[in-house]
Amino acid sequence: MAVTGFMLVCFISVHLLGNLSVFFGVDAINIYAEKLHSLGPVVWIFRMAILLLFAVHITFGIQLTVENSSASPEAYAIKKRLKTTFAAESMIYTGLIILVFLLYHLLHFTVHVVHTDAVSAVQTLVNGRPDVFTMIGKSFNSAFISIVYVIAMCALFLHLSHGLQSFIQTFGLNNGKTQDTVTAIGKLAAIFYGLAYIAIPLAFLFHIVKI
Amino acid sequence: MNLTLHVWRQKGPQDKGKLVTYPAKDVSSDMSFLEMLDEVNDKLIKEGKDPIAFDHDCREGICGMCSSVVNGRPHGHQEKTTVCQLHMRQFEDGADIVVEPWLAKAFPIQKDLIVDRSALDVVMQAGGYTSCHTGGVPDANSQLIPKEIADFSMDAAECIGCGACIAACPNSSAMLFTSAKVSQFAVLPQGKAEAKVRVLEMTKAMLDEGFGNCTNHYECQEACPKGINVKFIATLNREYLKSFI
Amino acid sequence: MILDGKAPTGPIETSWDRSCFDKKLVNPSNKRKFKILVVGTGLAGGAGAASLAELGYNVESFCYQDSPRRAHSIGAQGGINAAKNYPSDGDSIYRLFYDTVKGGDFRSREADVWRLAQVSNNIIDQCVAQGVPFARDYAGYLDNRSFGGAQVSRTFYARGQTGQQLLLGAYSALSRQIKAKKVTMHPRTEMLDLVVVDGVAKGITVRNLMTGQIESHWGDAVVLATGGYVNVFYLSTMAMGSSVTAAWKSVKKGAYMANPCYTQIHPTCIPVHGEHQSKLTLMSESLRNDGRIWVPKKAEDCDKHPSEIPEEDRDYYLERKYPSFGNLAPRDISSRSAKEACDDGRGVGPGQRGVYLDFEDSISRLGEDTIRERYGNLFEMYEKITDENGYVRPMRIYPAPHYGMGGLWVDYQCQSNIPGLFVLGEANFSVHGANRLGASALMQGLADGYFVIPYTIAPYLASITPGTVKDDHAEFKKSVEDIEAQTNKLLSINGKKTVSELHRELGQVMFENVGMGRSDESLNLALKRIPEIRDEFWNNVKVTGESKDLNQQLENAGRLADYLEFAEMLTTDALHREESCGGHFRIEHQTDDGEAVRDDENFCYSAAWEFKGAGVKPELHKEPLKFENIKLAVRSYK
Repeated sequence: MAVTGFMLVCFISVHLLGNLSVFFGVDAINIYAEKLHSLGPVVWIFRMAILLLFAVHITFGIQLTVENSSASPEAYAIKKRLKTTFAAESMIYTGLIILVFLLYHLLHFTVHVVHTDAVSAVQTLVNGRPDVFTMIGKSFNSAFISIVYVIAMCALFLHLSHGLQSFIQTFGLNNGKTQDTVTAIGKLAAIFYGLAYIAIPLAFLFHIVKI
Repeated sequence: MNLTLHVWRQKGPQDKGKLVTYPAKDVSSDMSFLEMLDEVNDKLIKEGKDPIAFDHDCREGICGMCSSVVNGRPHGHQEKTTVCQLHMRQFEDGADIVVEPWLAKAFPIQKDLIVDRSALDVVMQAGGYTSCHTGGVPDANSQLIPKEIADFSMDAAECIGCGACIAACPNSSAMLFTSAKVSQFAVLPQGKAEAKVRVLEMTKAMLDEGFGNCTNHYECQEACPKGINVKFIATLNREYLKSFI
Repeated sequence: MILDGKAPTGPIETSWDRSCFDKKLVNPSNKRKFKILVVGTGLAGGAGAASLAELGYNVESFCYQDSPRRAHSIGAQGGINAAKNYPSDGDSIYRLFYDTVKGGDFRSREADVWRLAQVSNNIIDQCVAQGVPFARDYAGYLDNRSFGGAQVSRTFYARGQTGQQLLLGAYSALSRQIKAKKVTMHPRTEMLDLVVVDGVAKGITVRNLMTGQIESHWGDAVVLATGGYVNVFYLSTMAMGSSVTAAWKSVKKGAYMANPCYTQIHPTCIPVHGEHQSKLTLMSESLRNDGRIWVPKKAEDCDKHPSEIPEEDRDYYLERKYPSFGNLAPRDISSRSAKEACDDGRGVGPGQRGVYLDFEDSISRLGEDTIRERYGNLFEMYEKITDENGYVRPMRIYPAPHYGMGGLWVDYQCQSNIPGLFVLGEANFSVHGANRLGASALMQGLADGYFVIPYTIAPYLASITPGTVKDDHAEFKKSVEDIEAQTNKLLSINGKKTVSELHRELGQVMFENVGMGRSDESLNLALKRIPEIRDEFWNNVKVTGESKDLNQQLENAGRLADYLEFAEMLTTDALHREESCGGHFRIEHQTDDGEAVRDDENFCYSAAWEFKGAGVKPELHKEPLKFENIKLAVRSYK
């Protein structure tokens, strides 16, 4: 879990960096998109690898949940939560939400089969670049789409807020002194990822970034 | 004090259990929780009823035999206290108290609050030792062990093997228990020789015995009556990864 | 009958080595043909089972707890002695030997004590090799502290949990042998009878505490390491399940019980808070280094808050009676003085059974922080149990029974008078004499288990043919029937009193009359009361539930039944010993200022008692004690 989780965190970091380029004008993200497309087969290998990573992470996650619930089949009449968090307890659910979102996200921006009215508008600009910027903008001008993305990114935030510090512990990088700091940094990082991702749809929805 | 107890009653391993309500009247606040149960039991016996079966032995918080979840917390709500050292003054007069056994697949209930914890012994047998012979060992001072290392090892060795960590864990994982033993030996020169085999064998035994995996909730640390720190789980993980190098 | 301990003669320094060399051995390929039953998994039993299994014997190990790791050795706090002389402060095997014999008030067997002192060093090496995290200094060397009854620092410790750490060491060695299939472990199994065939111990009968099944186990030798008997006082520092049952059933099969009247009452325990109390908790004796013990001078002040009692109305009785030792007077003397003060109506706290241990002076002298640093954990424990803050209000303490020096009689080989029955640790009687020094119990348990029994059992095994008697023998069947009959009897009485009520009654009689100060009158009173309680038990006890089930009441009832017989033997021993020595204080035998008066002329022997039936006076056998190396002297604390 920790290994694949860590690699996925690397992926979402890169992905985020790319996406944040919407804030730097129309050209920025379009250049980014063009660069990606120009890589041709490499980008597809990369995409497949990421998908594989997701698949492994999800499979492990489900397996872990099944094993753990079978190790702990009965519930107490009363159970007090001592130290754990909502995020830690809901890892499988936030994970599944992200999975569903991922499929939706791919259908939306990669395969272009949902919200075709918005994504079909991808045009090749005069400078020869695909107009990804407008496609994103048009999509996020829809309140529905934006809300879906915001909800999914909240799930991602919860998932990361447990996952990031958990990764440090599972890799044995903690000691008694670092525990609390690592937990706090993990949560802060999760908040950063969450807010940064959420900023994109909201920026378009509230016309802070205009098409 | 007058209290209302809701106690898990189960006749045998195969039977279905349920919470049964008992009044506990005129309880002295100086009593320990188990002495309060003794009183309730004496009353049940006089009524010709089967008393509540519960594990206990030293009643001074060190043997690790006592094992009840009180109001949803293993060993009750007082920090770093076993249930035998929990005193009734920690409860409000008129309170409702729910008493349940440790619940985990690896700890089958035997009767009422008594569970079978032999799985923990199996984990220990898998590698919780240094393979030294009786006699024929070097002088005790022949290997120097700096105080910090000895203290770290002792912190881990304080585990009383009660199983509260497992009872508290949403996954019924025995990681804190196992990691305490692995860590105690991992840092000592005497334990290093077998460190690789130990961590692999003990974690394998842990999973084979039906304990769950650790997903870092840290409930165990809070429930532990000896305050064993989850840093030892990190140590176990480190030792585990090292064993592949 | 005059008993012979068969201790080696000649120079004491070489006695153990010569004895080892003289012993017959069992060759390695023959060892696996023998089966040894070890009952109890504390320091002695756990270490013994592991060591015997490692030698190649087949071992079956039994404990009543759910895991061998929970034996009550785990409760020991202070430390373990060894003659390592690491601090180079003049310690030696000879000095440890000397201190132990003198501390035992010259009522132990010299050769046994020598052996203990000699192997004490090996124990520390062994435990360190096992990964026991003893306290160390910054340079990495083992740390030592000093302890009562010694002028050298020879005590090794692991925080305040030395017993726990040593037991876990023995448990780990045992676990390794269980994994290797050399030890078969039977947890939650209580020994209820010794099976003796033609005068030789050949097995045990046990009850599976989970199912209630009575089972037979045969063995070529039986090793008992079943601990002490002071739960006969009901309230003690022992675990709730600690019992005399295994030892007592052996006594009923012919084993002799030696010196049961030597009981140690520890002075610094948290007092009884009410009639429902089940257990007493010890606080380290070290508290007496900085605390002053007192009671009010006037009985009418007892209910006042201690701060309202002016200095001139306080009686610092230890400082008054023992000006040179003061609050550091030895265990037996301070325990007895506390009882006297309370008997005088000047006790404090619930039931007026307590004396103050006051830190006010040391706090004003040293500051609260220093006291916290030294004893913080004890103050915390005290507050958890009593809800009182020892820093602002004097602690209350009262003595509590915590060790039985007596036990089954054994010879130098740790073999009882029944061939094939070996007894280790607190369950036997041999090394502590009439009083045990602090940090010596752990030493004895591990010495017996790791380094004595593996040697001393060999000559016996070499002299017999393995597996000649199995559990199909008629004696096993008879034993099972006897136990089932007793069980059915207990379940059928259906009286009005619970087991714990009757145990509490017995305990009160024992503590009041056979406790810290014993007199002809009190002992005779006890001898009258014990059979009465026993009769009431057998006519009016109520035990619910079934025999073939997990039934904790039935377990307790069986244990109490044995205590009710054993108590009589203990009291008889105390009555017969017309002297004061160590943990046995007869108020008729004291000097004008309260010092114990020993009678070496008439009582320099171990008293081994043979059971003749419940309510019948047991028969006394004497083992004369010879002191060839250490001169008999008067213990003085003036």
